[in-house]
Amino acid sequence: MNIDLRKKRHLGESLIQGFLFVCGAFSILTTLGIVYELGKEALLFFRSPAVSLWEFLTSTKWQPHVDEFGILPLVNSTLMTTFFAMLIALPLGISVAIYMSEYASPKARTRIKPTLEVLAGIPTVVYGYFALTFMTPLLRSIFGNDTVEVYNVASGGLVMGILILPLISSMADDALSAVPRSLREAAYGLGATRLEVAVKIVLPAAISGIAAAVIVGISRAIGETMIAAIAIGAGPNFTFNPFRGAETMTGHIVRISSGDMSYASIDYNSIFAIGLMLFLVTLALNIISQRIVRRFREVYE
Amino acid sequence: MSIQPNGAPASTSAHPLEITPASNLGHRHRLGRIWRIIFLASTLVGIVSLITLLLTILNDSMGYVAYEFKVDPTSLSASGLALQELSRDALVAILRQNISANAYNTLEKAKPFAERSQADVYDLVYERVIEPEVAKTWTLFESLFERRQVFTEATEQYPQATLSFTFWINPEFLSDPQSSDALFAGIRTAILGSLWTIAITILVALPLGLGAAIYLEEYARDNWLNRIIQTNINNLAGVPSIIYGILGLAIFVRALEPLTSGAIFGVGDPLTAKGRTILSAGLTLALLILPLIIINGQEAIRSVPNSLRQASYGLGATQWQTIWHHVLPNAIPGILTGAILAVSRAIGETAPLVVIGASTYITFDPSGPFSKFTTLPIQIYQWVSRPQSEFRNIAAAAIIALMVLLLGLNAVAIYLRNRFQRRIS
Repeated sequence: MNIDLRKKRHLGESLIQGFLFVCGAFSILTTLGIVYELGKEALLFFRSPAVSLWEFLTSTKWQPHVDEFGILPLVNSTLMTTFFAMLIALPLGISVAIYMSEYASPKARTRIKPTLEVLAGIPTVVYGYFALTFMTPLLRSIFGNDTVEVYNVASGGLVMGILILPLISSMADDALSAVPRSLREAAYGLGATRLEVAVKIVLPAAISGIAAAVIVGISRAIGETMIAAIAIGAGPNFTFNPFRGAETMTGHIVRISSGDMSYASIDYNSIFAIGLMLFLVTLALNIISQRIVRRFREVYE
Repeated sequence: MSIQPNGAPASTSAHPLEITPASNLGHRHRLGRIWRIIFLASTLVGIVSLITLLLTILNDSMGYVAYEFKVDPTSLSASGLALQELSRDALVAILRQNISANAYNTLEKAKPFAERSQADVYDLVYERVIEPEVAKTWTLFESLFERRQVFTEATEQYPQATLSFTFWINPEFLSDPQSSDALFAGIRTAILGSLWTIAITILVALPLGLGAAIYLEEYARDNWLNRIIQTNINNLAGVPSIIYGILGLAIFVRALEPLTSGAIFGVGDPLTAKGRTILSAGLTLALLILPLIIINGQEAIRSVPNSLRQASYGLGATQWQTIWHHVLPNAIPGILTGAILAVSRAIGETAPLVVIGASTYITFDPSGPFSKFTTLPIQIYQWVSRPQSEFRNIAAAAIIALMVLLLGLNAVAIYLRNRFQRRIS
């Protein structure tokens, strides 16, 4: 009997493999599409006689109808919103993570984690509604109606913090739980209390994972749109007062594009320029976070 | 080491474990208790926020409403019967007397009165003749605990008004089309728009995402191209959703307009939709959830034990036969769970659809992929942005509808996950 043991070429198999490769490569097309379209329209924006790159990066006025295109008011309110979001999400998120990984019983942990993940699954438009109908009246009743405007940065930022809290606590909890048990045992053996073990041993050991979680949280806050559009958006003001209305980069894109706009207008081009900036910033943050996570993995595996 | 048995103060040491003398033990334990409470309180803050969020929605979704009628309902019925109890013909007569002949004929032309039900005609009388208007709305909390105050306020400030307890989310709200009047607005158009959009998203994203996941897990060798694909997918998952909206606007709405408006198929209404169609929205959302489906799918495929593949190869199966008959059937519950979670993300997405220009005021049902459309989240966004309080109420009602839809999907996902786990163990 003669059996041919050489690998046979099946046409069908190759076709299927080719098709699956195309599926995989499709994601690269998406990225190229994003970069190409954002770059192309942003280039048109910067080529326009009304815009100069220097003015775009340094001017504190964004008033398209009088050809003033300074992105600082939008960047400023984006950063302020992110600051307020992290003010809530950073301490709470890390505290929750420490509680879940170091204090809670396994049973309590399996209840708390999904409950908080429900928060992450709620559509952001609902958070916008929550900011406008709950947080803003709350702030106004505390600080007075004269100080706090109906649309304000603080309200949107704080609610954004609630949205990001489960993201940070979940990722930070994973990082804390990955710290080898032997480190904790050693510290307990030397007579450390539970708090000392959590804060002085486990936290520093997991710090890179926590840093990654925080960076992802910041990137999420910068790109968050609907809360900003509903609860903050009131025209591009350059202000450092958190109780005044302002407009984030994302909020501005939503407002400009929800009206009727022509494809030839500078407004249309400007949302691509802002979008490109948004894309580059969030991409950089995500890449940094992934780098940190990869290094952190190498330590313990 | 900074352990000092003789009780002398610890020297300045860079070691993280700074153990101080035993006389400090009480202080250390107290500190431990305080921080334990702080950590627990943070966790509770998260849970309390969730409860507050849900209560705020519930609070706005029902409560007392003061209605002011243009025509007093009791003056319409001569026989002294309540309007609801009148026969259809009597109601038609009232309608004929009180609205213009033109309006009456339009209604007759839309659907002859002889074919309409009594309830249908009653609704018309209510909407066209009585013309109720909301004078003021109260929240559920006020309606329950400050009832007396609500009643005095209503009689003092709105003496003409009728007070009645209203559930803003009701069967009519679910089945009515959109309207500019909050009392008659419904979310049928929006629900249908959401379902159409999601159907297209699933049709595009699921096969593509699954194909990519199979390729990356089963076929891809560790070379630079495949590493780029993998890194790229991880990065795409972190891109803000509004960027996908801008991409969809540039590619699907503008560049591919002949396709997405249906013009090259000779269908659709190119004059009104202009590429801002259900198809564009579905494709945009498909791009958005593709990375999520791929990443979840990869995890599901990776969890299939390797021994299964070896056994299949050992019996002489080809690679595709192994994947199709052995890997996929075992991975399918995990794949489905991931896909459902991704789809529920897509259902709740608002920003990209606003950017690609979803119509916000349409009263007709979407008829196919080339229709103009609105979706549930966009409807909520529109209503939340209105200053009148009754729009806040219907926004809350629409949020409940959206959350019930999402909850249902997540329940399915959890059910699948549980079944999956049982089978593996």
